Amino acid sequence: MSAGPRVLVIDDEAQIRRFLRISLEANGYEVHEVATGQDGINRAAQLRPDLIILDMGLPDIDGLEVLRRLREWTTTPTIILSVRDADIDKVAALDAGADDYLTKPFSLEELMARMRVAQRHTQPALQSHRFKAGNVEVDLSRRHVTRGGEPVKLTPTEYALLRLLIQHAGRVMTHKQILREVWGPEYVEETQYLRVYFATLRQKLEEDPSLPKLILTEPGVGYRLAA
Amino acid sequence: MDFERPDPDALLASIQKEEERRRRGKLKIFFGMAAGVGKTYAMLEEARRLQADGMDIVVGYIETHGRRETERLLEGLEIVPRQQIEYRGAWLEEMDVDGVLARQPELVLVDELAHTNAPGARHGKRYQDVLDLLEAGIDVYTTVNVQHFESRADAVRQITGITVHETVPDTLIDLAEDVELIDLTPEELRKRLFEGKVYTAERVHVAADNFFRVGNLTALRMMALRLTAERVDHQLQDYMELKRIAGPWKSGERLMVAIGPGPFSERLIRWTRRMAYNLEAPWLAVFVETSKPLADEAWAMVNRHLDLARSLGAEVMTVAGDDVPDALLRLAQQRNITQIIIGKPLHKRRIELFTGGSYVDRLIRNSGNIDVYVVTGDETPDARSTVALPALPKIDRHTGWRDYLLAAGIIGLVTLADFFIVPIAGYQLVGLTDLLAVLLVAVYIGRGPALLAAVLSALSWNYLFIDPLFTLQIFLPQDIALLLLYFVIALFTGNLTARLRIREQQARFNAERNLALFTLTHETAGAVDMDAVLTTAVEQVGRVFDAEVAILLPREDGHGVAPHPSSTLVMDEKEEGVAGWVYEYGRVAGRNTGTLPKALARYYPLRTASGIVGVIGIRRRSTERLPFDQESLLETFIGQITLAVERELLDEAAEQAALLRESERLSGVLLNSISHELRTPIASIRGAADSLLHPGTGLDEDAQHQLIRDILDASERLNRLVENLLDMSRLESGRLQPKREWCDIREIIGVAAQRLTTCLAERVLTIDVQPDLPLVKLDFVLIEQVLANLLDNACSYTPPGTHIFIAARERGGFCELSVSNDGPPIPDADLERIFDKVYRVPGPAVTGTGLGLPISRGLVEAHGGTLTAENHHAGGVRFIIRLPMPDEQPAVREAAT
Repeated sequence: MSAGPRVLVIDDEAQIRRFLRISLEANGYEVHEVATGQDGINRAAQLRPDLIILDMGLPDIDGLEVLRRLREWTTTPTIILSVRDADIDKVAALDAGADDYLTKPFSLEELMARMRVAQRHTQPALQSHRFKAGNVEVDLSRRHVTRGGEPVKLTPTEYALLRLLIQHAGRVMTHKQILREVWGPEYVEETQYLRVYFATLRQKLEEDPSLPKLILTEPGVGYRLAA
Repeated sequence: MDFERPDPDALLASIQKEEERRRRGKLKIFFGMAAGVGKTYAMLEEARRLQADGMDIVVGYIETHGRRETERLLEGLEIVPRQQIEYRGAWLEEMDVDGVLARQPELVLVDELAHTNAPGARHGKRYQDVLDLLEAGIDVYTTVNVQHFESRADAVRQITGITVHETVPDTLIDLAEDVELIDLTPEELRKRLFEGKVYTAERVHVAADNFFRVGNLTALRMMALRLTAERVDHQLQDYMELKRIAGPWKSGERLMVAIGPGPFSERLIRWTRRMAYNLEAPWLAVFVETSKPLADEAWAMVNRHLDLARSLGAEVMTVAGDDVPDALLRLAQQRNITQIIIGKPLHKRRIELFTGGSYVDRLIRNSGNIDVYVVTGDETPDARSTVALPALPKIDRHTGWRDYLLAAGIIGLVTLADFFIVPIAGYQLVGLTDLLAVLLVAVYIGRGPALLAAVLSALSWNYLFIDPLFTLQIFLPQDIALLLLYFVIALFTGNLTARLRIREQQARFNAERNLALFTLTHETAGAVDMDAVLTTAVEQVGRVFDAEVAILLPREDGHGVAPHPSSTLVMDEKEEGVAGWVYEYGRVAGRNTGTLPKALARYYPLRTASGIVGVIGIRRRSTERLPFDQESLLETFIGQITLAVERELLDEAAEQAALLRESERLSGVLLNSISHELRTPIASIRGAADSLLHPGTGLDEDAQHQLIRDILDASERLNRLVENLLDMSRLESGRLQPKREWCDIREIIGVAAQRLTTCLAERVLTIDVQPDLPLVKLDFVLIEQVLANLLDNACSYTPPGTHIFIAARERGGFCELSVSNDGPPIPDADLERIFDKVYRVPGPAVTGTGLGLPISRGLVEAHGGTLTAENHHAGGVRFIIRLPMPDEQPAVREAAT
């Protein structure tokens, strides 16, 4: 048995489980699989996995409900797999505490990338106060932002947005989550704030604001900082 | 309205024919011209045959009349014991309906459909029991003679002199799945009678001399044959209607019946209905309202007659005019009537001597090429019992004691003035000033007060101004003549003026009524859809009758009715309950009616030939009862509204049918296209996987990789197809509601471009967005998908190395977002067709579902925008999305950090 990170796959489709087992084991993960939500919750408690891959459409308990029950006692990073591609489902899962969301069919490459991001966030202590992506550098301790070595002047709101995305780099932040964190809980519906401030933030940070490479839009869901 | 005894015709008409018939039990009628033709025998014979085939049959009620052959046939059939009902010390036997219902056979035999049940039975008539049985899904075989059909009862009485009390509504014949005529020649029947096969010996001779005369039997047989033939005719017509084989009225005849308050009108109406039914002609029932006021009871009768005519399928009208024949003929000409049916007056009126013959004579004389039928009215016992004696005519419809007081006051004032006139002009002139006063009273107050004024002024003139003063005596003979003459002139002119006034008021009212009606018809005819029709109707009725109005249409789930949003009458649960009752029973209810009078408003059913299509509720702001003429105007209004609603319903149905046909055609085309699109990638996945599984010898690593890449490509293609299909079905089901929020167009372009990195990498992409483009309110995901579709399209139809140009700007209140390429142009004729489902521009094959553009257009249109294509003058194709620009921009605030 490999000593790599332990992954629990909760999915009722045997073919998907097999494909995940083969590919993940080939990439050094220790894979455990169950087919129902109830088994998933039980195994998660026994196994204490490093990562959970959860399918939304389970035969016994709805995936979203499984996620809620898991979140009652564990913060184990959880990636949702689903055939439901409506943004409302994604937002619901992310707001319920999922770390990421992938719509079936998905590419293995993408799954591995998301898994790495999700795992990274389990060790916040290791996170540095310096962030670098492309030619943009941010020093969180000094509130200092440069692009190609040149200092960039950000308004306090823009900086708050950027800092939030950096703290969750690589992960999707839903509109609600961002609005709650930056503006406060009474502003969670005011998505136009995000449109305006992300537009100016991109103007200041992106090479080509029309084709952003750093601050990515997740349609109907939220934003993600490329990591 | 008569609520205790619902009109069976109306009740049955509301039973929807074909559909209902499937769920109900089937009714078969064994039908004959008279007793003794062998109906019961034929019924039993058939029942035995069916029983032998294994059908579960019981006898509900059979009367053998002691006929031996019939009794023999009963053997072996299960008989449900009859119910015993005590009535005035005697025990009467009736069919036990509950017993049959509990037994639940497949078929029950019930003899003598027209039988009247003993008091105390559940229903008054046996046919009502039969309806219950049918309702419970039990088939019924029954027997009936032609004289029992309501519409034939009159004719039978005239032929045989026997009044038929036991009648069944004609609609039962329509309801029957099967009608079997048991036919015998009159001679054969009489032979059977004398052989003792019909009645017992002692009754044979009485019967043979009365009912069973050859002449009677021949007439009855004709009737029975005709009724059967008519049924066959109507079955054919029903079929044609069902299959929408349209045809004009076959005969081109249009009938009109003139009705009045008399009891005879009811017969006239039924007579006309039968005739219209046989001719398959539309018919009109008309009441001519004269300036002679009618008593309330008479109005009630007229109303009941109009209701009856309406429930029998007539168009109902009231016209005004003092000359009845003239009014009838004018209307007949207007409506292209070919036959007028009127009743023959019972008594000659003396006045006819002066007016040039009875109105019947004049109608016939002036009718030109219109046929006039004069139907004899004979006084039948039951008709006499329902006669409502007209009350004495009131002096004036609109005058009260105040008007009389006013008239007296005016005469008082004029008399005062006379004191000043007499010294100057003499007492004779007083008569003329008084006459002027009487005329004024007649014009402005009414006939009664004018007559009072005439009397008062004559008295005061005599008392105050004619010698000897202060007595009512007169000395001079010329004074007597003067006073008498004055009195006669005052009465005559007063009366005449008052009549003129009433007629003038009536004309004005008629003009107003016609205008209102015209407006309603005009407006509803011009309305584009049901909502517009109803809004207009609510508005017009509300305005003309000064009322709050609600129109209720059936709920989509089929349970009751719900008020249309255009209604101005606010309804609580109770009011809706009343409307629901009206919808269910098809009768007027609510305020000032016999049913649920506590309701705030009055509710009328919107009745069409095929059933009730809705309910209109009217709450007038004044609590007064509507005068009759307005009541009839309201009814005409409701008739118009019903027509408009029915027209809209038919339109909607036709539209639905067309839509269905179109969608069937499309789904056929779609299925073809999709099965091709599905099979191709599946074939390549399968082929590639097969090759990998059985590599043989010649499969090197490059080839293997190529195969794997093929699998990935094919699955990607399948995935896109499924997404497209899902989008399409969401769009078409109308479930797709754009979730509008403020969006930055630039951001949408960025996401779409990112999605198509692979294809765009091989092309030159230019993005040109107006720098200060405001935020637009739209569904980010959907519009992003449209843009991605357009980009994907551009990639599919242009070779690598070409340019793709995305632009966004604000223009004329729209946000204009365009995707251009410099590939080959689309033939002009195809520029619109490319948005049709599965249409593809002829030319080199391109993979794709053919759904991308129609979906995109659907998505843009769901935002209230447009998506069009044009050939760019510099070469290439440009797709343009136009989305409405919001009037204002949202407020944005800094975060409180």
